Amino acid sequence: MPSRDKIFSRIRHNLGRGPLAEEAVNALKARIEGHVPHTIPKRTDIAHKEQVDLFQAKAEALAATVARISSLDDVPEALRDYLTAHNLATRIKMSPDPALDNLPFNMTPMLEINRGAAAPEDEVSLTPAFAGIAETGTLCMASSAETPSTLNFLPENHVVVIKASQISGSLEDSWARLRQKYGAGNLPRTVNFISGPSRTADIEQTLIMGAHGPRRLHILIVDDGPQD
Amino acid sequence: MQVTSRRFKEGAHDALHDENIQKAFSKVKSGFPVARAKTASELPEFEDLRDQARDLKDHILGNLDYYLEYFEDQVLLQGGRVHWCSSYAEAREVILEICRDADAKTVTKGKSMITEEMGLNDYLQEKGVEPIETDLGEYIIQLAHEYPSHIVAPALHKTKDQVTELFHESHEKYGFKERLTDPQALVNEARSILRDKFVAADVGITGANFLIAETGSTVIVTNEGNGDLTQSLPKTHIAVSSIEKVVPTLEDVSLFLRLLARSATGQEMSVYTTFSTGPKRMEDIDGPTNFHVVLVDSGRSDLLGSDKQDLLRCLKCGACMNHCPVYQAVGGHSYGWVYPGPIGAALNPHMVGLEEARHLPNASSFCGRCEEVCPVRIPLPKIMRHWREQAFETQVTPKPERWGIGIWAFFAKRPKLYRLMTRISARSLKLMAGKKGVVRKLPLMKGWSSVRDFPAPEGTTFMDQWKKQQREGK
Amino acid sequence: MSASSVENKKVALFVTCLVDLNRPSVGFAAVKLLEAAGCTIMVPEVQTCCGQIAYNSGDKESAKTIATQVIRAFDGFDYVVAPSGSCAGMIRHHYKELFDGDDTMMVVVEDLANRTYELTSFLHDICGYKPDGVQLETTVTYHDSCSSLREMKVRDQPRALLGAVEGLEIKESEDREACCGFGGTFCLKYSEISESMVDTKIDNLLASGAETLAAGDLGCLMNIAGRLKRRSAPLKAMHVAEILAGMGDKPGIGEGEN
Repeated sequence: MPSRDKIFSRIRHNLGRGPLAEEAVNALKARIEGHVPHTIPKRTDIAHKEQVDLFQAKAEALAATVARISSLDDVPEALRDYLTAHNLATRIKMSPDPALDNLPFNMTPMLEINRGAAAPEDEVSLTPAFAGIAETGTLCMASSAETPSTLNFLPENHVVVIKASQISGSLEDSWARLRQKYGAGNLPRTVNFISGPSRTADIEQTLIMGAHGPRRLHILIVDDGPQD
Repeated sequence: MQVTSRRFKEGAHDALHDENIQKAFSKVKSGFPVARAKTASELPEFEDLRDQARDLKDHILGNLDYYLEYFEDQVLLQGGRVHWCSSYAEAREVILEICRDADAKTVTKGKSMITEEMGLNDYLQEKGVEPIETDLGEYIIQLAHEYPSHIVAPALHKTKDQVTELFHESHEKYGFKERLTDPQALVNEARSILRDKFVAADVGITGANFLIAETGSTVIVTNEGNGDLTQSLPKTHIAVSSIEKVVPTLEDVSLFLRLLARSATGQEMSVYTTFSTGPKRMEDIDGPTNFHVVLVDSGRSDLLGSDKQDLLRCLKCGACMNHCPVYQAVGGHSYGWVYPGPIGAALNPHMVGLEEARHLPNASSFCGRCEEVCPVRIPLPKIMRHWREQAFETQVTPKPERWGIGIWAFFAKRPKLYRLMTRISARSLKLMAGKKGVVRKLPLMKGWSSVRDFPAPEGTTFMDQWKKQQREGK
Repeated sequence: MSASSVENKKVALFVTCLVDLNRPSVGFAAVKLLEAAGCTIMVPEVQTCCGQIAYNSGDKESAKTIATQVIRAFDGFDYVVAPSGSCAGMIRHHYKELFDGDDTMMVVVEDLANRTYELTSFLHDICGYKPDGVQLETTVTYHDSCSSLREMKVRDQPRALLGAVEGLEIKESEDREACCGFGGTFCLKYSEISESMVDTKIDNLLASGAETLAAGDLGCLMNIAGRLKRRSAPLKAMHVAEILAGMGDKPGIGEGEN
């Protein structure tokens, strides 16, 4: 008997039944399609402006840094300021996302912008986020041709642009956004939830930043008004 | 992997006399449990979520066949492949086959307990494929040719000085000649060596914390980001998982995610929670071209419907071991197989045989702290007790122990004889103690007197005194 | 002082095997306290032990026989009270597991379970009792036994009662909810591990700076006191009932006569 059959027959035998009846199957299918949430922490049930503040506070508690800017046009200068402050390289690998097409990098001539997936030599990446989760200060990143996920991991420094309108309360809100874009039952190849920069405590339980992923995570929140 | 659970007592003895192990594991209680208590207290819904998670796991296990089939359909729909393996041997062969198809010379690996179970690294090595562990803790123990002493922090037993020596010996071939002592410098050196390995690997193997039926996704949770580099850079991604990890929907996994990191390390979320769905899409410019899910049963399905089914709820958070005084005393390796601590004590007898692992469910004071912190409320002491019952019934319990219990029970079932025995014992122990108040040596209870004095009885039993008082009308 | 809720209620004392053999004064302290709280106390004669030793050793059949004996002996009382969270926990929670599937027995088992209490929680929660005029100049650190704490949810009650003893000050220990390493036959079978656990416990107890250790379970107390004696460490071990009943000046557990 092929292993698949063996496994299923053992499961059913030990559960004391045969294959599920049609009625039960329909109920389970409806359950999957129903997307009913479990208890969602009350802390997320606040006005959008407060959610953005909570997102920032939580992200900072996770050792990410956050800057608030008033429009996408401010991204180049905010990026430059960040890199200068930390004495980092000025060669940037940026997501080929059309959302970032019109950033005025003419304001910051010292920044060298390349676009594409990450290469081992890239030291700084600039990417958009798909969504932000106030509950835990978490970024939700969805992979696509325009947003390759290696940019989230290979460079030592990861700078993320997120619009305030992309930030909402809970993890469940991200599922709703993803379903809206990709259709129920579908996800892009990679969905990363990022909560602060990379770290490890594998040597004597001492916390060390920058294990394999980015050592630094900088988040630029664009205050573009209410939630979309 | 090789099982040494039979040697539990010897292993515990060695661990108790090993200064490094004592130092490492005594530190556990001031770390993870303190952080867990803090984040749990900051989430008022935490206890409700635990109830919901327990109930959800039970629902899943009761419909495991359905959710697995649904998951499989979704993986196929997204362009991935699913391999069903009922044994470790089968899983190892399937994985090797995929590696060979990819012409793999090196394979990077994210932390995966199921691949530890099946001894995958040794097998691949033997067959000419070099596996490279990339989680820092796993990397350290791979260099040391050891296995994890903790399911979340695999190199917990290693001191920084040991890591210094290990890296110094192993990294010379890469041109790193300095003996590093600063933890940050050690991490940096490993990072730079593994960076090249990530890029060069032909296949990336990860485990899975969850499998999502709704979307056909595999989910990994890490703090280092190694799992993500493992699965996004090579052309082929293999996710290996045991079958009970399937979860119906994204909403359902959200419930578990709220409990997992809090219970494990006291984080609200681990740094990276990644959902992988199928291979890279046609237009994507990074990501793996091939996506394989290897589903392993190897004993899981046999737990269904048994008095130990609740073990399948386990999220592998490690909270039970973090809070276990026995684990803190003897470390992880004494348990002699992949899973140490209370979950190991309850699960390993099933996985490696009760005779082999007899000590594990016995070596517990039943203090109940494990159950108190388990995010899915697995009744670990109860399951350990079931093993003790099974051992007693099948004569696995050693004879002297059975006789001891038999003699005691003989008296306990006969109140009159029992009174006589306690009367004699109370008197003679009091006599033995004299004025000291304690008996120093008890030849029939060496387990007691090797460690402690025996506080002497007052001399007359309560029942005798009480009866006398009653007779005398108080 | 007494509360009307237990006035004239028939309360049976479950002495526990360790108290019976080793430290009867704990039993008499319990009787004194319960009477002071207004209960009428009886001590059924056919009791030996709750059966936990057999139960935890895997000998379910012996445990069942002994449990049946206990169930019969304690039939007809309003309450069953034990100066031990461990024995009370066995009766209250584990007898149900022993008779799982036996519907007839389950009725009696559940009835007994609902009537069974650990001493300090019974005094505090049911009787509304508070020590009156009891005096003891000492500092006390309280060790929570695992079964009291986790099975019987006893945490604040003994502390509240001790707090009412004049002159007594409570000094909490670090990691006070950690196991002392007793665990019944565990401490005999895995004595080295138990030793490490009890030493950790003792280090924390001593660091509290208290002069007296109090606990509600004689198993833990004999383990800790026995190890204290072996280490020649100066900490007097007493059952909480003894202190509450005004017997705090008698020699501690494992101490000789002066």
